[in-house]
Amino acid sequence: MFDLDLWREIFQSINMNRTRSLLSGFTVAFAILLFTILFGIANGLQNTFAEAFVDDATNSIFINSGMTTKAHKGLQSGRRIKFKNEDFDYVKEEFGNKIEFITARIYRNTQASFRNEQNTYDLRAVHPDHQFLEKTKIKEGRYINQNDLENKTKVAIIGRLVEEDLFLKTTALGKYINLSGIQYKVVGIFTDAGGDNEERKIYMPITTAQHLYGNNDYIDQISLTYNPEMNYDQALAFGNQITKKMKDRFSVARSDQRAIRVRNMAEGTRAISKMTGVLTFFILFIGLGTLMAGIVGVSNIMIFIVKERTKEIGIRKALGASPKSIVSIILIESILITAIAGYVGLLLGVGVLELAGPSLKTYFIKDPSISNSLVIGATLALIIAGTIAGYLPAKKASRIKPIVALRND
Amino acid sequence: MLKINQLHKSYPIGDSSLHVLKGIDLEVEKGEMVAIMGSSGSGKSTLLNIIGMLDEADSGDYILDELPIKDLTEKKAAVYRNKFLGFIFQSFNLINYKNALENVALPLYYQGMKRKERQEKALFHLEKVGLADWAQHLPKELSGGQNQRVAIARALAANPKLLLADEPTGALDTKTSHEIMAFIQQLNDEGKTILMVTHEEDIASMCKRVVRLRDGVIMEDKKVEQVRAEQYV
Ligand SMILES: Nc1ncnc2c1ncn2[C@@H]1O[C@H](COP(=O)(O)OP(=O)(O)O)[C@@H](O)[C@H]1O
Ligand SMILES: [Mg+2]
Repeated sequence: MFDLDLWREIFQSINMNRTRSLLSGFTVAFAILLFTILFGIANGLQNTFAEAFVDDATNSIFINSGMTTKAHKGLQSGRRIKFKNEDFDYVKEEFGNKIEFITARIYRNTQASFRNEQNTYDLRAVHPDHQFLEKTKIKEGRYINQNDLENKTKVAIIGRLVEEDLFLKTTALGKYINLSGIQYKVVGIFTDAGGDNEERKIYMPITTAQHLYGNNDYIDQISLTYNPEMNYDQALAFGNQITKKMKDRFSVARSDQRAIRVRNMAEGTRAISKMTGVLTFFILFIGLGTLMAGIVGVSNIMIFIVKERTKEIGIRKALGASPKSIVSIILIESILITAIAGYVGLLLGVGVLELAGPSLKTYFIKDPSISNSLVIGATLALIIAGTIAGYLPAKKASRIKPIVALRND
Repeated sequence: MLKINQLHKSYPIGDSSLHVLKGIDLEVEKGEMVAIMGSSGSGKSTLLNIIGMLDEADSGDYILDELPIKDLTEKKAAVYRNKFLGFIFQSFNLINYKNALENVALPLYYQGMKRKERQEKALFHLEKVGLADWAQHLPKELSGGQNQRVAIARALAANPKLLLADEPTGALDTKTSHEIMAFIQQLNDEGKTILMVTHEEDIASMCKRVVRLRDGVIMEDKKVEQVRAEQYV
């Protein structure tokens, strides 16, 4: 039911009483401006928080070995456990159906040089799957492949900053890098969201490293990601199962905390989601709080407006306005002012976030912004708020007795 | 036209109450022009407001055009006011942000009349009060007499059966008062029934019947020889 005349009445009332409309609009716009900025900042904090964990896949499990601390099955404590290729194969075989990606790792430091430039870097010898575990992004060239493993090729994949350090302005791809005295062909350059440190690393095939550094089949760590469809409990159980099987395999006491160490990121993920939950609650709290303040504000303004319009309402009633028509004009005016002013506040807030966003990075606020769906949601909430805020005053206005309104004071 | 029987009205004041109307009996025929007189605070406005359905009596009967006015819902009262009654107030009571034409058209809006039609009709009534050229002016741009004429045009717009005026000349100087009275007399000549509250003898003498209130009852009700207002204009 679109009543053009009613809307004309309302627009005239808003337009002809500009100061009043602006004043009430200002309060709402200010509340929403505040809401948007707070919301954006909370979002920025959350972004920062999430970023701290983007380095590695969140469904990772790392298996490390160490020294036994307890005698078990006739074996003494103090025994060093070292993983070999066969242990990697065992894990892969045993848990194959639950594993998404799996890699072994060997850690070394290496003296790297190209022409006159040289520096020391972390070297990681890994399987091809490592790329996905570490979320390594190939910028140029390729990552380690199956062929490298089988032929123990002398190839290296270097971080973006290694290229910058050693190859200066030129491209490293296809050139030979000297790593502790041996020449490796650079077949790939990578980037990593984990920060500068992650981009100062060099990767090579694990078989190549085993062959050249000691000619053995030792490995330092086994890393894997489990099937991402597993829930938290399943992931924890999986981690415990790996721990148990590996301890049995190396005849380590179940209670020995040092010999076999399994780090399950699922536990960390739990902490993140808890923290995110707290932040979300905080955001909701801010949102509801501001909204409530907005409703109270609008309501107060509407009460003021009704008071100011008492005489007008009385005149309208004397001329034959029904209570319903009085409710309509007050309520729709309230909704309209709330919606328009709120939208203006929203736009201003988004603008402020856009402008101030980059300079807030130092305060751990990254990309403070609010989503489109939130904008729509907030607008709807505003309309509802306007309705709630306007309803009681409008109802009150409709009950005004014309005689009270018309009395000459 | 209207018939009132043993009408009582009192206002609560703190713990006690002020008995303003103490049994009013009044009958007005179609085409009459009645002045309600009395000193300030004697209940003239109260009576007029009850007749205008702006207020309700505590007890007594009130029949308007054969319709008993009793326990009306707000909605019904609004419809009756719109259909049967036109109001003229001492302080004009125009809506300050609406121009003359829009003010006159407002009762027609509440009748549900189409915009074009009600603007034509409003303009016709403005012409009748001699203010067609002022149609687009806001009340603050008009003189007191002009504003009262806009108010009269508004009261006439819905073609009411009964015109109620509460001190219509109370805020005007003598000359303007006489102009307004001349106009109201003309309406009465054309057949409108008019009920007017005043405390000025010369205004009352321009009506055809004078009802005097004192202490909440009618102490005198008599027909008078109408003094024509034109002669003073
Ligand atoms: N709403 C009200 N509440 C209390 N007293 C009122 C109210 N309206 C009028 N009165 C009182 O009733 C008496 C009659 O008022 P009114 O009819 O306006 O007098 P008049 O119009 O004759 O001057 C006055 O004493 C006035 O103070
Ligand atoms: Mg009075």
